[in-house]
Amino acid sequence: MISAPDVVAFTKEDEYEEEPYNEPALPEEYSVPLFPFASQGANPWSKLSGAKFSRDFILISEFSEQVGPQPLLTIPNDTKVFGTFDLNYFSLRIMSVDYQASFVGHPPGSAYPKLNFVEDSKVVLGDSKEGAFAYVHHLTLYDLEARGFVRPFCMAYISADQHKIMQQFQELSAEFSKASECLKTGNRKAFAGELEKKLKDLDYTRTVLHTETEIQKKANDKGFYSSQAIEKANELASVEKSIIEHQDLLRQIRSYPHRKLRGSNLCPRESEHTQDPPSQAAATSDLEKSADTDHYACRPSYTPKLIKAKSTKCFDKKLKTLEELCDTEYFTQTLAQLRHVEHMFRGDLCYLLTSQIDRALLKQQHITSFLFEDLVEVGDRPAEKQESTVSKPHHYGPPSESPEDCLIPQVLISVGSYKSSVESVLIKMEQDLGDEASREAAVTESSSFDPQENLDYLEMDMKGSVSSGESIEVLGTEKPTSVLSKSESQSSLTVPLSPQVVRSKAVSHRTISGDSIEVLSTCPSEALIPDDFKASYPSAINEEESYGEGGQGAILFQAGISPPELGEAEEGNSGLASLQTDASCCIGREAGALLVPLSTPGHTVSDEDGVVSVPPQRYRQKDQGFRVDFSVENASPSRDNSCEGFPAYELDPSHLLTSRDGSKTSLDDHSDATSYGSSIASTSSDRTPSSVPPAGPSSERHKKRAGQNALKFIRQYPFAHPAIYSLLSGRTLVVLGEEEAMVRKLVTALSIFVPGYGRHGKPVKHWLSSPLHITDFQKWKLIGLQRVASPASASALHALSRYSRYTSILDLDRKTLRCPLYRGTLVPRLADHRTHIRRGSTYFLHVQSMLAQLSAKAFLYTFCHHLHLPAHGSEAPELASSRQASFLQLTLGLVHEDVKVVRYLAELLRLHYTQELRGTSQPALRFDYVPSFLYKI
Amino acid sequence: KSPLQTIGEEQTQNPYTELLVLKAHHDIVRYLTGEKLLEFSGHTQKITAIITLPCLETCEEKNQLILTASADRTEWDCDTGRQVQKVSCFQSTVKCLAVLQRLDVWLSGGNDLCVWNRKLDLLCKTSHLFDTGISALIEIPKNCVVAAVGKELIIFRLVAPTEGSLGWDILEVKRLLDHQDNILSLLNVNDVSFVSGSHVGELIVWDTLGWTVQACERNFWDPSPQLDAQQEIKLCQKPNDVSIRHLTWDEENVFVAVGRGLYVYNLQMKRVIACQKTAHDSSVLHVVRLPNRQVISCSEDGSVRIWELREKQQLSVEPVPTGFFNMWGFGRVNKQASHPVKKQQENATSCSLELIGDLIGHSSSVEMFLYFEDHGLVTCSADHLIILWKNGERESGLRSLKLFQKLEENGDLYLSV
Repeated sequence: MISAPDVVAFTKEDEYEEEPYNEPALPEEYSVPLFPFASQGANPWSKLSGAKFSRDFILISEFSEQVGPQPLLTIPNDTKVFGTFDLNYFSLRIMSVDYQASFVGHPPGSAYPKLNFVEDSKVVLGDSKEGAFAYVHHLTLYDLEARGFVRPFCMAYISADQHKIMQQFQELSAEFSKASECLKTGNRKAFAGELEKKLKDLDYTRTVLHTETEIQKKANDKGFYSSQAIEKANELASVEKSIIEHQDLLRQIRSYPHRKLRGSNLCPRESEHTQDPPSQAAATSDLEKSADTDHYACRPSYTPKLIKAKSTKCFDKKLKTLEELCDTEYFTQTLAQLRHVEHMFRGDLCYLLTSQIDRALLKQQHITSFLFEDLVEVGDRPAEKQESTVSKPHHYGPPSESPEDCLIPQVLISVGSYKSSVESVLIKMEQDLGDEASREAAVTESSSFDPQENLDYLEMDMKGSVSSGESIEVLGTEKPTSVLSKSESQSSLTVPLSPQVVRSKAVSHRTISGDSIEVLSTCPSEALIPDDFKASYPSAINEEESYGEGGQGAILFQAGISPPELGEAEEGNSGLASLQTDASCCIGREAGALLVPLSTPGHTVSDEDGVVSVPPQRYRQKDQGFRVDFSVENASPSRDNSCEGFPAYELDPSHLLTSRDGSKTSLDDHSDATSYGSSIASTSSDRTPSSVPPAGPSSERHKKRAGQNALKFIRQYPFAHPAIYSLLSGRTLVVLGEEEAMVRKLVTALSIFVPGYGRHGKPVKHWLSSPLHITDFQKWKLIGLQRVASPASASALHALSRYSRYTSILDLDRKTLRCPLYRGTLVPRLADHRTHIRRGSTYFLHVQSMLAQLSAKAFLYTFCHHLHLPAHGSEAPELASSRQASFLQLTLGLVHEDVKVVRYLAELLRLHYTQELRGTSQPALRFDYVPSFLYKI
Repeated sequence: KSPLQTIGEEQTQNPYTELLVLKAHHDIVRYLTGEKLLEFSGHTQKITAIITLPCLETCEEKNQLILTASADRTEWDCDTGRQVQKVSCFQSTVKCLAVLQRLDVWLSGGNDLCVWNRKLDLLCKTSHLFDTGISALIEIPKNCVVAAVGKELIIFRLVAPTEGSLGWDILEVKRLLDHQDNILSLLNVNDVSFVSGSHVGELIVWDTLGWTVQACERNFWDPSPQLDAQQEIKLCQKPNDVSIRHLTWDEENVFVAVGRGLYVYNLQMKRVIACQKTAHDSSVLHVVRLPNRQVISCSEDGSVRIWELREKQQLSVEPVPTGFFNMWGFGRVNKQASHPVKKQQENATSCSLELIGDLIGHSSSVEMFLYFEDHGLVTCSADHLIILWKNGERESGLRSLKLFQKLEENGDLYLSV
């Protein structure tokens, strides 16, 4: 047999295992030339040669009223990450997509300035010149000194992989919403604090002015007022007016939480955030207001100063930093959350998706998962259980984790966002329609919840959607034109989406520059959708700039709202179901519409907008494919479906390692033991993402190492099978050796076979130098024992031989194993020394899947009641045990010692299940009186 | 010296396949007493010397008193549920306790013998002190108690208050001087007899009524009186080797822990019917007879061994068991020892004690153990541990039942029947 070299050999593995598998070198003529870009650290399938940054990062930008869009900070804060990527330019890009004129001031008909609680918007944006795609989350913070009291900010997740942004949109949205919420909560507090100070100032000023006026009055008894006095009086009046205004503002900002949290049962994220800082004791949203008030009241006493009545909005004034705008505490927390986000979305999309699927599946087997799965993940389970009520941080945003997520896929793309993608002229024309659309979207979204809520939403301010129209106009990217008729777009629905399209996209590289992709999405105003809900609401549409004929960017999909639909929406909840399906239809429609532009010439190129450039047309086809691809995925009604669709990628190797940072970061950085826990670990039990727990045993690196070493063990030792059998059947395996590193390495490797007891980690003791005790066998199932050449070791060895009936002993120095006989078939499959698996991580996965299968068997055995309960009262217990035996043998196909493995696992399951609530205690030490044999190499 | 009989790792008859280590003590756990479930009185004391648990069933209150005496000094804990009363008016260490249920009193033996009532009032005590102290105390009929004081057995009679006399009194009635060395164990066998064992391996069966010797077995270290006694004594230089540490009995037999060996003495035949001269590596400390003809012994060597008393069918046809024993490492000496027996007394050892399993867990001497029918075995040891030995299969079944109970409680059980 000719041994085929691993593909791996040519893909510059991120990190070679400490001992790469040695194989004979191939003759020169047979070897495949290396990927030309390998030297740059890219993998051959990396399609993002255009990107100027090395891996995904998060950028926070501000639209400063003084200097315009400017980048504030990046996460990670490392210039190496974004490299030559032009942050300023990109800030300009992302800030210019801003969606709303967060109108504050004196609206007509209002006596006082009114704060508009503007909702965040979520936008996906691409720039192929930079090779960058971004999820952009806009938010507005209040600043008393800013124009209109608002400061627009945005947080962007920038990646070179468009698919990643698209597919992870919901998760990104959810995570960024958390960060945003945190910022905004802090900001409200800070803003209210500002207002109070200002009020005190004003009050003081008023008093001073008043006194002065009085003095003047007294001093002046001529009966007429001097101009000075009049001026003073005017000033006083203006101060008083200002006081009223500010009081009103304060009232507004304080009323926010209540208003906001009406729907708090959906997702009281805000209350969660308020709890987080230690200074906040409020536990529920109901308390928040009082907490807020307390908070403000408790501020260190402020000495008021005399101020000018007219508020100054001078431009030379230094604006507050983001940290000042939001309470420092909240700011830090936000940064922590963002770091968490950055961590969470590291790595290749493929990796993210599979791990999401993995976690979702794992959740379904929570009864058995404690046996072999990573404990952190398992340990997470209770937290998730509470999620719907207490709203734990939404850690990895796996699909269908919470009710909100379940609902999302139904409404993948809001109709409102379609509107926004329509170029400006149209929007203006259809301003009303836009409102309707947003409303419809809101209705659609909320329909699954409470009909009553809908009414509330509908009654709310519609301003947001208006402004969204405006912001598009500002954008002005796509020019007049493209008035796709609705019928046209609808007809395109029928266009089948062939997998080939998807694939063709996959191969296409975005080497173009000079074009850019505009992906817009605006949310309807907060008034329409409670932001908690909205957090995960996929309001974005990826509208990669369409490269229509002649490069006219604006290919526009008509929102696909036909009047009848609107009518339905307005009819109320009855039509909601159909609307939902319509929404997904729209997506299909959109997808289909991609092909349409070819038939809609006549768009004009507009280069006047510096931000948006127009794509060369020659790439039209491919990019459309690109788009179709996205649409397909998003159009699937649920995450599961999109996962199903995924294998198409898997077939295509080019998708395995797409992004430049690829799995490298995910494998290495995740597991960087010194700085990070695994991304999962960091999320598991901590409410505050800022605290990164020490690297858990579940880190990728650990898995890989363990897998690799286990593989080595299997190849090296012919008696690996009985050793593994010992571990699986709960017989403590003692690894005896002089060299600590060796022993530890092997213990770590073998620990992947050790069934866990519960949440508290696997019963593995890596290194022990004291003599063994009976309790050790009860506690540990795998022990690394030091062999010392001293009299002390005699006692250790004596203990070992004394307790030999409870242990299998693997002597690393002498290469012997003393343990019971194993004749089953399970372990050979699990640990085949002729396996073709070469890589540690692959082998680890292999083991995991085999063990999952095994635990499924154990589950079946444990929970089949007819096996264990007497069929009738008088049945002899022997019958039950014979039933068990035949079940194990015939139904589960277990032979010989495999039966014992399953029985042992079943024992653990029983114990775990019956003691679940009480916490896991150590199970009793179970053993068999069976003879042991000595194996030698 | 006969080598220790060993058993391999394959112990098909050993039902104890599960153990649970209880770790609560900080010192030697020496005594365990228990009733019903796993109620350890040993838990309460750290430095206990003696604990007894008499179940005093008075008509009015059925409260249980746990009397514990500790070696450190004359302290009495009287544990009524939670309450603890202390009596500390002793001049000497209390070494043993006994309860006379009929009279509703209890006695404590130290350097003197005291009689107490339930309220912990001292009723009376012996007039003189014993230098060596009372090492064991049992009740015999006619309001008498037997106290082992050194080499002597002293019989006391309790005089309960009657119309004539005012208070309690305790009178020495008789001294039995048949033992040649200190008496270590004393046991009531049945209504008519009690047994005492001494440091040099004398076992004497007494008549409870007449206080006379019914039978005497002095040569445990050698069941064949024919052999030269001198030679045997040389073999067993250590006096420990023949001291009778513990006795237990069933209807027919007295099971005697003699040094490292285990002997079965038949009361009717008045002779040893089975023996295991070196049952353990070290002194046997406690012996218990199980209902299923099994005997369990524990020893200073830290092990617990399970024996089965098997009847030998026909002693004339012998060779098979010898070969069988050889397989398990039975030594030559054992064979030698048993052959003379056969010669002399054809059916002397008509039974054999066979090792059917051992329990290894403790790292120090196993002081005592208790057997519970439904729960297995509880052993306590000088290594501060208490280990529960359970029948793994049965426990597994119980857990399974528990699982389905819980399933049912959760409403998750769907019976397909």
